[in-house]
Order: sequence, then structure tokens, then C-alpha cells
Amino acid sequence: MSNDAALKEPFESLDRQRLSAALGMWIFLASEVLFFGGMFLGMTIYRQIHPDAIMEAARETNVLFGSINTALLLISSVTMVLADKAAEKGLKSAVLAFLAATAALGLCFLVLKGFEYREDIHEHLVPGPDFKLHTPAAQLFFGFYWIMTGVHAVHLTIAIVAVSTYFVRIWRGGFPFEGSAALPVLGLYWHLVDIIWIFLYPLLYLGGRT
Amino acid sequence: MTAQTRSRTDRAELWRLSRGSLVIGVALMALLALTLVFAYVPMGAWNAPVSYAIAAAKALLVAAFFMKLKSSPALLTLAALAGLFWLATLFALSLTDYPFRQAGERITAPVPSRIGTESPL
Repeated sequence: MSNDAALKEPFESLDRQRLSAALGMWIFLASEVLFFGGMFLGMTIYRQIHPDAIMEAARETNVLFGSINTALLLISSVTMVLADKAAEKGLKSAVLAFLAATAALGLCFLVLKGFEYREDIHEHLVPGPDFKLHTPAAQLFFGFYWIMTGVHAVHLTIAIVAVSTYFVRIWRGGFPFEGSAALPVLGLYWHLVDIIWIFLYPLLYLGGRT
Repeated sequence: MTAQTRSRTDRAELWRLSRGSLVIGVALMALLALTLVFAYVPMGAWNAPVSYAIAAAKALLVAAFFMKLKSSPALLTLAALAGLFWLATLFALSLTDYPFRQAGERITAPVPSRIGTESPL
């Protein structure tokens, strides 16, 4: 497929177009880092003010679900980068296989998270009058837990929809995936969602285990 | 070229392209196993810094190789570092605020008899 099809106005060369797309995505990702950073900061401060209560609450999260989900996202990052590399070489069937694997791994993450949420609700780990732990500050930890994992899940859902959309477009044919900036830029977003989880994992699952 | 030889060269090409990413993937999984083991080793105050250092190592691998910062123009690295710079500013200014508050403004952990009597922060 000709790379000319991927070139859009106002760019004169594909390289410039790809660089601009990557720069735009990186600027957006920097804003995402700050968005999540505020929540990480809030948790850090509360942890300093109420160290014992936060650690007591951190022991209540399910480390098995958290670890499996971390592994799933790390593998999905590998399949995403392979889809991008296969696209550069024009290997359509490999691109489709890796994109499908990436979306499937992301979906597995969300399904497991759903089971984990069900268990958390069953164990009264939602902040409120029926909360399991009696130290009030322990509720702060779970306030952050629900918001941060929830916002992360929303990001992952958007990423899965985007990957699936490009899967369909490439599968149908006519989409110039070799030269297009779409896959590398989508990859950047997917990897950032992975990086956020890489930091959520020690914050929410590894504290207070000893 | 027959379809069969083409698919064979495609596979060889794909393997050549994937090798590096697979090595990074294995390293990431090894770091995950390491951080999980360390979480259960009693190290006192060191447990949290160790787990965040491993998380930072994982993030660095993903950013350098999967997000291609290692082979990208400096412009992209600059955009990425700009995010980290403002994040560092946010943390530095906030974390220097709390320890330096006057006695009356300090937040201490209260021991309330029931939920709802705790101070707002």
C-alpha cells in the first residue's frame, strides 16, 4: 500500500507528520502525568499524616488480582509494540494478530478488575457507614483506591476501544497502516496507561504486606 | 516468490523485529516478580522506597524502549521531561509545605470516637 495515502494536509512529508503526531501525543501524556500525579500526591500526604491507618487499609487489597493484572498489562505493552513494529514492515496479518491480542489482554484486565471490585464491595471496602475498618483514616485509602483504579479503568477502556477501532479499519483494508502515525501514537497512549498502573501497583497493593 | 517462501521470510523478519521487545518484556516480568517478593521481606522503612524504585525502573524500560524515547528526537524527550518537571514541582512545593507549617496549622492524626468527628484533612 502506498505511503502517500497516509500523508495528510498540511504536512509535506510523512516523517514530519509522524513527528508532529508523536509530539502532540507526548504533550497530552505530560498533562495525563500531572492529572494522575495530583492523586498520587494526595495519597502520599495522607500516608504521612496517617501512616498506620493507611497501611492497615493497604493490607485489605487483593494482591493476587493486582499482580496478575500488572502482568497482563505488561504483556499487552509487548504485544502493542510488536503490532507497531509489524506495521512498519507492512505485515498485515501480524499487525491484526498483535492488535487483537492487545485488546484481549486489556479486556482480561478489566474483567479481573470487575471480579476484584465485586470482592471489595462484598468485604465492605467502599467508604461509608458500613466500612470494614474502624480507623476513619483507613477510608481515605479506599477513597483513593476506588477513584484511581476507576479513572485508570476508564483510560484503559478508551485505549481498548481505540485499538479495536484500528483493528477493524486495518482488517477491512484501505487503511494505510504502514506510514500512518496512528499506531505509534496509539501505542504511546497504551504504554502510558501501563506506566500509570506500574505505579498504582506498589501504591495500592504492596504496602503493609510485611 | 511463492506465497510459502514469502510467509517464511515474513516470519523471520517478524522474529528479528520482536526479539528486542521480548527481552524487555521478560525483564519487566522479572522486575514484577522481584517487587512482589520484596513486598513480603521485612525491611522497615525501606519497603516503600524499594517498591517505588522498581516501579521507576519498569517505567523507564517502557518509556525508553516501548515508547521509543531512546531512539526519538530530543524534541519528544523534552515533551516527556516537561511533564516530569511539573510533576516534580507539584510534589516538591506540596511536600515542603506540610512539614513547615506553624504549630497551630499543623495537621495531626486525631483519634476520634466515631467517624465524622475527624478534622477535614
